[in-house]
Amino acid sequence: MPGFLARRLLATIPVMAIVAVLVFSMLRLTPGDPASIIAGAAATSADIAGIRDKLGLDRPIVEQFAIWIGNLLRGDLGESFFFKKTVASLVADRLEPTLALATLTMLWSIAVAVPLGVVAAYRQGTWVDRVVMGFSVLGFSVPVFVIGYVLIYVFAIELSWLPVQGYQALREGFWGFLQRLILPSLTLSVIYIALIARITRTSVLEVLGEDYIRTARAKGLPRSTVLMRHALRNAAVPIVTVIGIGAALLIGGVVVTESVFSIPGLGRLTVDAVLARDYPTVQAVILLFSLVYVLLNLLVDVLYTFLDPRIRY
Amino acid sequence: MDVRRTLERAALAAALPLALAVAAPPAVAQTTLRVVMHSDLKIVDPIWTTAYITRNHGYMIYDTLFATDASGKVQPQMVDRWTVSPDGLVYTMTLRDGLLWHDGAPVTAEDCVASIRRWGAKDATGQKLMTFVKDLQVVDAKTFRINLSSPTGLVLGGLGKPSSAAPFMMPKRVAATDPNTQITDFTGSGPFVFRKDEWKPGDRAVYAKFDRYRPRSEPPSGMAGGKVVKVDRVEWRVIADQQTAVNALIAGEIDYIEQPAHDLMPIVKRDSNLKLLDTNPLGNQYAFRFNSTAKPFDNPKVKQALLYAFNQEDFLKAVIGDAAYYKTCKAMFVCGTPLETTRGMDGLLESNFVKARELLREAGYDGTPIVLMHSTDLQVLTNLAPVAKSLMERAGLKVDMQSMDWQSVVARRAKKDPPSAGGWHAFLTSWVSADVLTPVMTAFLNSSCDKALFGWPCDAEMEKLRDQFARETDPAKQKAIAEAVQLRWAQNPGHIPLGQWYQPAAMRRNVEGVVSAPVTVFWNVTKG
Repeated sequence: MPGFLARRLLATIPVMAIVAVLVFSMLRLTPGDPASIIAGAAATSADIAGIRDKLGLDRPIVEQFAIWIGNLLRGDLGESFFFKKTVASLVADRLEPTLALATLTMLWSIAVAVPLGVVAAYRQGTWVDRVVMGFSVLGFSVPVFVIGYVLIYVFAIELSWLPVQGYQALREGFWGFLQRLILPSLTLSVIYIALIARITRTSVLEVLGEDYIRTARAKGLPRSTVLMRHALRNAAVPIVTVIGIGAALLIGGVVVTESVFSIPGLGRLTVDAVLARDYPTVQAVILLFSLVYVLLNLLVDVLYTFLDPRIRY
Repeated sequence: MDVRRTLERAALAAALPLALAVAAPPAVAQTTLRVVMHSDLKIVDPIWTTAYITRNHGYMIYDTLFATDASGKVQPQMVDRWTVSPDGLVYTMTLRDGLLWHDGAPVTAEDCVASIRRWGAKDATGQKLMTFVKDLQVVDAKTFRINLSSPTGLVLGGLGKPSSAAPFMMPKRVAATDPNTQITDFTGSGPFVFRKDEWKPGDRAVYAKFDRYRPRSEPPSGMAGGKVVKVDRVEWRVIADQQTAVNALIAGEIDYIEQPAHDLMPIVKRDSNLKLLDTNPLGNQYAFRFNSTAKPFDNPKVKQALLYAFNQEDFLKAVIGDAAYYKTCKAMFVCGTPLETTRGMDGLLESNFVKARELLREAGYDGTPIVLMHSTDLQVLTNLAPVAKSLMERAGLKVDMQSMDWQSVVARRAKKDPPSAGGWHAFLTSWVSADVLTPVMTAFLNSSCDKALFGWPCDAEMEKLRDQFARETDPAKQKAIAEAVQLRWAQNPGHIPLGQWYQPAAMRRNVEGVVSAPVTVFWNVTKG
């Protein structure tokens, strides 16, 4: 296992290098000029040229790339073109809301989807199964922002139970923190509940036909023990894989949810930075997302060994 | 059944946070005004950029020597008294007593001189004014002189100009910053203090009342008069999604939306706790900008053809829709202002396609496709280009409308490349009317070739008229020059004004005292 971990961690280096080259070149190929945006509507060509010079955007692309990579290797992500703040501090400010939203979403999703999937498999072909699968189709079909607006209308506008939007840091109070995350995490979790429930049902169904399940039942074990200890545990590998992929995809999902619920997280930072052509910020956030994606995949691979002793690296 | 029990436990666990959160009390002080501005505050130097959000930030924390009142007259603001020498060459200005910077230091004449210099190096009106300035002289701690080489009406008009970039006064140490470098010290002397420690880009910018600010005794009027702050804090909350902003207003989570989308206004009108208020009587002006260096727009006759082909109503109806929020207005310097005039506009902007085609024939238009940049992500601009395309095609022009986001338009409009090689022929935009009130302020009238704004019109006659306007101090003669400017413009237009439109703010009914002004300001505002 240590050798496997070392090899996988080393493999992230070329992956990140390729991402770095791609993100840098694609940003420069995208139409748009941060200097023109910064200068404002009434700026002259001379004003824009002056700003471009200050930002170093008039230098050759290769030189700009070399400077960025050099700084990156020293741990310096650079300074935002717009906010005159370090990108590291901008990302740090936005990390908590996104992490909180993603964590709560995954908690809801797993807590609801796994039992639903198990019950649907156990009650295959009954109305329970059809309701769960119907919900699953609905969860896949309805766009995230529509779910968000509907939840806002019902719970925030009509019932006034929860806030429409915003975020409160955890250090400013747990209730305010939680209050503002419930609707966005519910919104975001719908599609993951649908995905995980469907996969759980399929995996558990497959396992329920195995000989060892029949043996467990024949031994007179309670149904809950058969389902949870024998069926679910053996069906866990595909479920964990989907949860891992889901967690990585969540990074993209938060962009829409953070916009609808006005949460100042990394998703919104990415959108704002792309629209403003804030190159240093976009580069840093994309690199961070890529790193998280790679590490989540590694984590899932490691978890396999705990869930299925037959898997060894 | 065990499975059922397990599910019940899971449901209870999931519902617990919801129940706990519902019980939590709100925690916002009554005197905090929570507003959603038209954009996130990204750049905080109002001299360095002309972005409107940065201008609004400037009016929060800085003060100006003069300001324009509701009737368009320039009134003293930080200045207590001023004199002009009989030959019009020396302006002596004395500051009011008790003016302080946010750090407690007194505002001095030295600070103001340094601030005028920085503004004069950056802003177009300031640059023009500085061509008349021989020197700026500090007389004593509160008095300074502006010595001119020849008389100009730009001294008060420039120092009191509304909108961007206004000559905001900064401490000398801050104003000494190179005009092309952003400031990092946000000490002002305005009615609010910028809470840099609470500024979270993408989330909020916070302004606290400056308790030691000494307002003028006059009532507020436009950008002038007493800036009496009646709330403890103003928080600019960032809510990018317009629907969410309106929902937050309905739920009472925010108090004010500076620029709600026109299609969401019926929702605001239906809610008895909300109201709409147009705080900017002059509104905004749409404009079609030519690239005067690109064929065929290097030929004035082709540009004149569009003056005949266009009509304002089609544009305004397509974007704003509700006639209550727009007005056709052929006056280049905006309807309802001292320089309003329709001279030279007879027969123009009435979609006379016969005349337009005739002019195109005379110009020898060879069917070159017109590259029209179409901005797709700003609601107040999106529908303009398709209307322009339709009217241009009816006049006989070939149009290649290219859709892109606004920031791509902004970047591309600065390029002088041929339209077929990444350049452009035309695009549409909007100005706050306060920025186009005179021939000098109107950036699109700058016709100094390479030094002009993107589009780069080259017209010595126009520049001569603008220079005459800058030198003139008599309002009647200024009006006559403005008319001459409009007549000249009709011969060789660099842009086409496409009518005025209005943007009411949406707010909760307990918000009172909002000042009617071309810039959203928060002095005099109360929250009951």
